[in-house]
Amino acid sequence: MKPTKLIAALALVASALPALAEEVVVYSARNEQLIKPLFDAYTRDTGVQIKFITDKEGPLMARLKAEGKNTPADVLLTVDAGNLWQASEEGLLRPIRSETLQANVPAHLRDPANEWFGLSVRARTMVYNTGKVKPADLSTYEDLASPKWKGRLCLRTSKKVYNQSLVAMMITEYGEGKTEDIVTGWIGNLATSPFPDDTKAMEAVAAGQCDVTLVNTYYFGRLMEKTPNLPLAIFWPNQNLKNKASGVHVNISGAGVTRHAKNPAGAQKLIEWLSSDKAQNLFADVNLEYPVNPKVAPDKSVAAWGSFRQNLINVKEAGSLQIKAVKLMDRAGYK
Amino acid sequence: MLFALAVAALVLVPVVVTFSSFAQVEGDIFAHLTEFVLPELVGNTLWLVVGVAIGVSVLGVSLAWLVAMCEFPGRRLFGWALLLPMALPAYVTAFVAIGLLDFTGPLQTWLREAWGITGLPEIRSRGGVILVMSLALYPYVYLIAKNAFATQGAIALEAAQSLGLSRTQGFFRVALPMARPWIAAGLMLALMETLADFGTMAIFNYDTFTTAIYKAWYSLFSLAAAAQLASILILFVLVAVVFEQRSRTRMRYGAVGRSAAQRRIQLSPALAGLAFVYAGTVLAVAFLIPVTQLVLWTREVIATDLDARYWTFAWHSVLLAGLGALMVVAVALLLAYAGRQRPGTAMMWTQRLATIGYAFPGAVLAVGLFIPVAALDNWLIDAGRAWFGFEGTEILKGTLLVMLLAYLVRFLAVGFGPVDSGLHRITRNIDEAARNLGTGAAGLLTQVHLPLLRASLLTAATFAFVDIMKEMPITLMTRPFGWDTLAVRVFEMTSEGEWERAALPSLAIVIAGIIPIILLTWRGAHSHG
Repeated sequence: MKPTKLIAALALVASALPALAEEVVVYSARNEQLIKPLFDAYTRDTGVQIKFITDKEGPLMARLKAEGKNTPADVLLTVDAGNLWQASEEGLLRPIRSETLQANVPAHLRDPANEWFGLSVRARTMVYNTGKVKPADLSTYEDLASPKWKGRLCLRTSKKVYNQSLVAMMITEYGEGKTEDIVTGWIGNLATSPFPDDTKAMEAVAAGQCDVTLVNTYYFGRLMEKTPNLPLAIFWPNQNLKNKASGVHVNISGAGVTRHAKNPAGAQKLIEWLSSDKAQNLFADVNLEYPVNPKVAPDKSVAAWGSFRQNLINVKEAGSLQIKAVKLMDRAGYK
Repeated sequence: MLFALAVAALVLVPVVVTFSSFAQVEGDIFAHLTEFVLPELVGNTLWLVVGVAIGVSVLGVSLAWLVAMCEFPGRRLFGWALLLPMALPAYVTAFVAIGLLDFTGPLQTWLREAWGITGLPEIRSRGGVILVMSLALYPYVYLIAKNAFATQGAIALEAAQSLGLSRTQGFFRVALPMARPWIAAGLMLALMETLADFGTMAIFNYDTFTTAIYKAWYSLFSLAAAAQLASILILFVLVAVVFEQRSRTRMRYGAVGRSAAQRRIQLSPALAGLAFVYAGTVLAVAFLIPVTQLVLWTREVIATDLDARYWTFAWHSVLLAGLGALMVVAVALLLAYAGRQRPGTAMMWTQRLATIGYAFPGAVLAVGLFIPVAALDNWLIDAGRAWFGFEGTEILKGTLLVMLLAYLVRFLAVGFGPVDSGLHRITRNIDEAARNLGTGAAGLLTQVHLPLLRASLLTAATFAFVDIMKEMPITLMTRPFGWDTLAVRVFEMTSEGEWERAALPSLAIVIAGIIPIILLTWRGAHSHG
């Protein structure tokens, strides 16, 4: 066989390969143990193979950018809205028109320009020591800045995006000036320096080092599953205000189709499936999160924490105001 | 020389990419960082560097002296066991230390509830970070200093005694100054790793230059500002390199001499007991207690988490660390040889630049390498498409080659240090003698140098192997699809705070890392007869 024919034949084989088994490639900042069960189920359902790689959002986005039009990735999956907003800003995602997603994902939990969609809800709420605090003493995030909480508050570090999103959403409600006062008030009330994770903060509350902290609910669920006797309970703040921006701060784990996706149709189908009744419980329950699809009920143990009113401002503000929020927290001395 | 330049050029790729970030100055972010972030963290970083320098020097040198020069119960065991903390990632030691010693930990809880004692020093503090980093990194100083004492300590003491100095005076006035260049080499490795560390600092929430780099990138969405900060860090390290280089020029290399084995100092029973307690305490705090905690956590999760895939993860880890260590040692040897053939200032700087990758924060280095690789790949893919109808998205990116090159850039320093000092100790007289006996250049290397260098090469390989096993950001960013390793498992678990579940892969890393350490000691013991 002549060399040119050989190359042509190889090229033909290479180009025929993707047709044999459809494949979707995912770059995921959501952990392997949280996504693999879903991807396995999708492959069983549809026969579509899913290849994925996990990393932090920053490196994944840098990677997408460097690879440009030759990226193998079809889907970018993250655990917060801020990074999805940033990916969209950098032109790494493409808008998708999907009635399924419009119907399954509430408007405030997806990009108004349809470049990304929430797939599970992560609520950041209060956890308090039941022996030291009466629920009636608790009311709002901003109230934790008042002098009555002096020496009674524990917080996770401001470097975690969940706290950055919370402060960003507070900026939409109060503006920068008042938000900075609130954060400064929090820092003045701290019982000890900020913790590296939510679990450590809750353990400090349980041990009596402080009385109340702010955490994502699934950390609470995980901790109580392991040690059910801890004197801890959830409180849903900001429930009684008239303000539209009020309610429990929520963030999302979500996904978008990459700008240079090789299989955009397959990518869209995967995201649609992830938002469906079939997949939503699998997606959320494995990490004790809330389904994004309002037609799907949360896991029983999650539902037991009670229902709450969530903040209805679009979560994209968590991204657009993140830089402001981070700078504000630096100024307030929030480490 | 050409080879040395080529290696330095490879290392310079990410450096250049990083420095090129200045093309787009993020004035706004910089103004913010300068006003509210940098002042404190520059102080923090300096404190950390000074504290860890003192910590690793005191621990490393004192233990090396005891093990190399003195006789006390358990000396042979401690000889290799004191290296074990190297196999334990510093962030694991940090997490365990905080878990045990913080307000919520068992110690303080017991003191509080049983005795009403409060007000213990806070572990999540500057002192705590320095303590943990010192315990994690002293083996670099220990191992290199131990080799130095073993080969020249006895001679130094003999000389001191002939001058009428006591043993204590002999140690401080003769043996220690003679070993100082080696101690400095180990110290440089420990400090470069300290500067680049992110994991441990994140657990302590201790802000350093490196945490600010990640803040600029992840939180302020500015990779450019992050790269600019990284450039400043690298310049800072280069200044330190100049100082270390000046201490190196004073290095007096003795030939590989008589082993001290026959003439160890006999300690009095009381002192021997103290030596045992001291070495035992360091070993317990730096290794045994953290590993026991890992074992306890692993017991809780092993039933659900340990599956057949773990063999693959472990295999990937060992394979990558093994190949990476081989590459590091081979290139380090060639680079050191180039220096032997063509000594001089230019060569010295080439070597220093080639080993600067160790001070880079891992993720910044990973991006600095990935960007040019992806650009080259894009060019290849476009060419392949135009000429051959190629229809893929990866040519170089999806290969282990990129990963291994990245490890090489990052870890060349840990291989070069031991190999270079080992090579320096082979005097020219030996070369002359071999040549006079008719040995050619190749024979000189294989028959004379390599056997003499065996201990140094094994030290270098061990450093590189355990460092690659623990490495996270480069592995995450450059691994091909499906190439998950034990370190990747640790990342998966810790990124959502599931530390107890991370114990299983962490323990597997420790076990895999112990193998070359035992091998090192076993071979080392044999080479000393």
